[in-house]
Amino acid sequence: MNWTGRRLPRTEDPALLRGEGAFTADLAAGARAVRFLRSPYAAGRILSITAPDLPPGALLITGADLEGVGAIRPELFRFNYRAIAQPVLPRERVHFVGQPVAAVVAATPEEAEDIAETILLDIEPEDPVVTIDDALRPGTPTLHAEAPGNLVVDGTIRHPDCEAAFARADRIVELTLRSGRQNATPMEARAGLAAYDRATGRIRLTASCQMPHMLRTGIATLLGMAEADLQIVAPDVGGGFGQKMALFPEYPLLVWLARRHRGSFCWVEDRNENLIASAHSREQRHHLRAAFAADGTLLGLEADILANTGAFSCYPTTCGVEPLMALAEYPGPYRLPTYAARARALATNTCPAAPYRGVSRPVVTFGLERLMDRAAAALGIDPVALRRRNLVTEFPHVTPTGLTLDQASYVEALDRAVEAADIPAFRTRQQAARREGRYLGLGLAVFNERTGYGTPAFAARGMGIVPGYEVVDIAMTPAGEVEVRIGASPHGQGLRTALAQLAADRLGLDPSRIRVIHGDTDRTPYGWGSFASRGAVIAGGATQLAADKLAARLRRAAARLLQAEPESIALRDGAAWAGEASIPLTEIARRVHQRSEQLSDLDGFNLAETAQYDPGGTFSNACHVAEVEVDAETGHVRVLRFLVVEDAGRLLNPLIADGQVHGGVAQGIANALLEEVLYAPDGNPLTGSLADYLPPSAAEIPPIEIIHMETESPETLTGAKGLGEGGTIGAPAAIANAISDALAPFGVDITELPATPARIRALIRNAR
Amino acid sequence: MKCPPFDYHAPRSQAEALALLARHGEEGKILAGGQSLVPTMAFRLSRPASLIDINRIAELDHCRAEGGRLRIGALTRHARFERPVAPGPTGALLARAAEHIAHAPIRTRGTFCGSLAHADPASEWCCIALALGAEMRVLREGGERLVPAADWFQSVFTTALAPDELLAEVSLPLLGPDWRCGFAEFNRRAGDFALAMAVTALRLDPAGHVAEARIALGGVAGTPILAETAAASLLGAPPTPERLRAAAALAAEGFEPTEDAQVPADYRRDLVRAMTRRALEGSLAA
Repeated sequence: MNWTGRRLPRTEDPALLRGEGAFTADLAAGARAVRFLRSPYAAGRILSITAPDLPPGALLITGADLEGVGAIRPELFRFNYRAIAQPVLPRERVHFVGQPVAAVVAATPEEAEDIAETILLDIEPEDPVVTIDDALRPGTPTLHAEAPGNLVVDGTIRHPDCEAAFARADRIVELTLRSGRQNATPMEARAGLAAYDRATGRIRLTASCQMPHMLRTGIATLLGMAEADLQIVAPDVGGGFGQKMALFPEYPLLVWLARRHRGSFCWVEDRNENLIASAHSREQRHHLRAAFAADGTLLGLEADILANTGAFSCYPTTCGVEPLMALAEYPGPYRLPTYAARARALATNTCPAAPYRGVSRPVVTFGLERLMDRAAAALGIDPVALRRRNLVTEFPHVTPTGLTLDQASYVEALDRAVEAADIPAFRTRQQAARREGRYLGLGLAVFNERTGYGTPAFAARGMGIVPGYEVVDIAMTPAGEVEVRIGASPHGQGLRTALAQLAADRLGLDPSRIRVIHGDTDRTPYGWGSFASRGAVIAGGATQLAADKLAARLRRAAARLLQAEPESIALRDGAAWAGEASIPLTEIARRVHQRSEQLSDLDGFNLAETAQYDPGGTFSNACHVAEVEVDAETGHVRVLRFLVVEDAGRLLNPLIADGQVHGGVAQGIANALLEEVLYAPDGNPLTGSLADYLPPSAAEIPPIEIIHMETESPETLTGAKGLGEGGTIGAPAAIANAISDALAPFGVDITELPATPARIRALIRNAR
Repeated sequence: MKCPPFDYHAPRSQAEALALLARHGEEGKILAGGQSLVPTMAFRLSRPASLIDINRIAELDHCRAEGGRLRIGALTRHARFERPVAPGPTGALLARAAEHIAHAPIRTRGTFCGSLAHADPASEWCCIALALGAEMRVLREGGERLVPAADWFQSVFTTALAPDELLAEVSLPLLGPDWRCGFAEFNRRAGDFALAMAVTALRLDPAGHVAEARIALGGVAGTPILAETAAASLLGAPPTPERLRAAAALAAEGFEPTEDAQVPADYRRDLVRAMTRRALEGSLAA
């Protein structure tokens, strides 16, 4: 029986659906509650922090208490990166509204919040730097002395022949676009529970995180403690989307408290804190110039990329993650002969940026796909034909930034999408609607998604800490079940199910016999975590390798017991077979462990193996098509139809793949239409609740049609490609193009996301 | 986002509740559905020292047609109105608006009278109360008074209700079949507070001319407001599409819009124009 590729329901789901999941806050019984006091000013000098009425038993912790605790200071050795430092609690200055400046400990969260209100924070406000324009203005205040001009990253790529391409272009198309700031808004906000073990002196930090091993390294380094004395557990985690990769100041403080006060301390972030003080993303401005020949051939591209990355640099990726991804990946799926780009990260007095599902690619795809539509209009070429002319068709293809595109289906996916969308029928509907004063639009977005990249890709970025590989330990118990211990840390991706399917096929076992163990640094090998659409490819590849090694051992043992050659042994249906003869794997497991006198001369006394996998990476691809109706009177956009043609190589579990696409598209629609973190000019956040920051509800998300293609990757062991971020990457561009198509009669188009009703109305009003 | 400390009282009768209100005055707050009060307490924007929970008071739990008016007791939940509570235009208008009030779980708890007492500028019930001329029956220990809607709304979240008073009942006229009621609101997500809403009520005479007209706007100023000039412009003539459009344009110009980062003033006027016209057209389409 082939388990891989089946739409197996996720084994993770029943407990979650029954409300029996265990999230960090569910585990907090008996712990003292921590409440953070947060800066009310975007910039300022701390004069004093005093507690006139601190009740007995309560604690107030300030930066002055944290003698010897280091600062969060990730490194990047390229692109003119300036290492800036984020204190766990600041002693001198505050840098954004929401920055933790002190912590109160009390018996309950309610009491801690009551006490926190009585603490006197005396902060002298200073002039803040809030926007990209603020940061660039000559003479503007400098946040960090290490980063003059608030320039933390300044990367450049310039091909010498780029100017020549523009000189011989028949048409130059320009575009300035803005991407609003977002918050990933995981359903569970951040949470941490640090507990001191009196017997061993070790600390266990249970935290809602994506990278438990990395968190351990980061915290142990800051606190100067042995990594071996710190255990990180990621229990059920209610979504991360990148936000929970970062090392935040709150977690080392919890561990510090547990060590210092030899007890248990819990912090459960509330929604307001999450919205203003966790991590933001995607506040970018791009200026693009593209050179085209009259026949639509793309000759060259120039990009100037500015990213407002907030007050500090996120650990471990650094604040370079957004601008540098845009710098490296702007060519997208297109043949681009020559390229020149500059990408800058600007420090401002706003919440720090961290990766968010798709990172810069939603903005890049918005830019590239708007550019294609504008170019098509300028050149009088059908937008589909223009794309088809320029998409990469021969693989492997090396991009102007040195990335290798593996076998993919860029043109084929576009063609499938165009066919399924039935554009001629849409145009008829569109014309009929316009006669009634209704504005329908159709937009498409073609893109590729770099996924499953290992150490070489991260090393090329020049990161001080280079993630990439994954390690999997596999073992069969004496009773014949299989434990798969992974360094990755899934939190909603269904990896427990998908990896069990993979291992089941290699071992001839039912997946119900396989347990995937993750999210605990005491019980799993060192690994990087779940982010960057890497689970199926990297943890999957390592699982397959480990399972194959275990299968080889089982075959050797079976060969002995069945008196056959190991090469002739087949593993299926829970048994090892030599022709008609068979022996259950449970029996082999029992004998290896408990009758080892019969078998230990073969492979020793256990059935344990380990494997490592570190692929170079693979590009999945997709084409999204959106159909919208724009209400010209209110500016409201309704998404009528959303179609995704997705090619993520071999699908381990299409049901899970569908779920990834659905969730991603929903977040992409949110990016296109609804969600935007806003700041007042003084740096005060204006979107501190879900009444102001608007994630979509089910009512705003149309049914999503998915067509899968499966161009297997030659670059990955499983043939799979990642697809975790694709939904968020393509949807904003497809919707922006659809709105622009709808508004064509007004002669306006979309260059700013989210395309809010007020912005759309302003475009229409100013056009008339 | 945890509530500050408070005392909790659960009176069993109206008299007991009024005595508690008299005792606690400014420090006491009535808890009915709690769908606005509890979140504002969690944000610590509201800090009543005592909550007086009226949910156990049977006398306040009614919703009935009586004497040409619909009498809505203090414990009547939003969900009650999802299907018409009375035949005719009033019940239909309430049902039309009910689906726009937040989400289903909130509608099963939040109350009609609670919305009137809270007086959120974007409350559907407040806008309807003003449009139809609701009357509030207000009790305090040893006293009772009736307050017309025109005198009820004072400013954002502020009404004529005194700290020692309980809004026991709201009554609405049960309009006859010659009335045409319309409702339209705009929000960015289903269930959100409206960025603009319009409630319209036209009485048509046998010749099909507009004999009476009421237009109320919600979510656009500190309180719901009447668009009186716009309404007056419709009187004495058939409600043609051109006249409806002209009235909507008048409604859009005749008020001072609230502005914020997401909703500039001219956009608010655009929305009022669109919602007023849609409410009027919708009321006549059936």
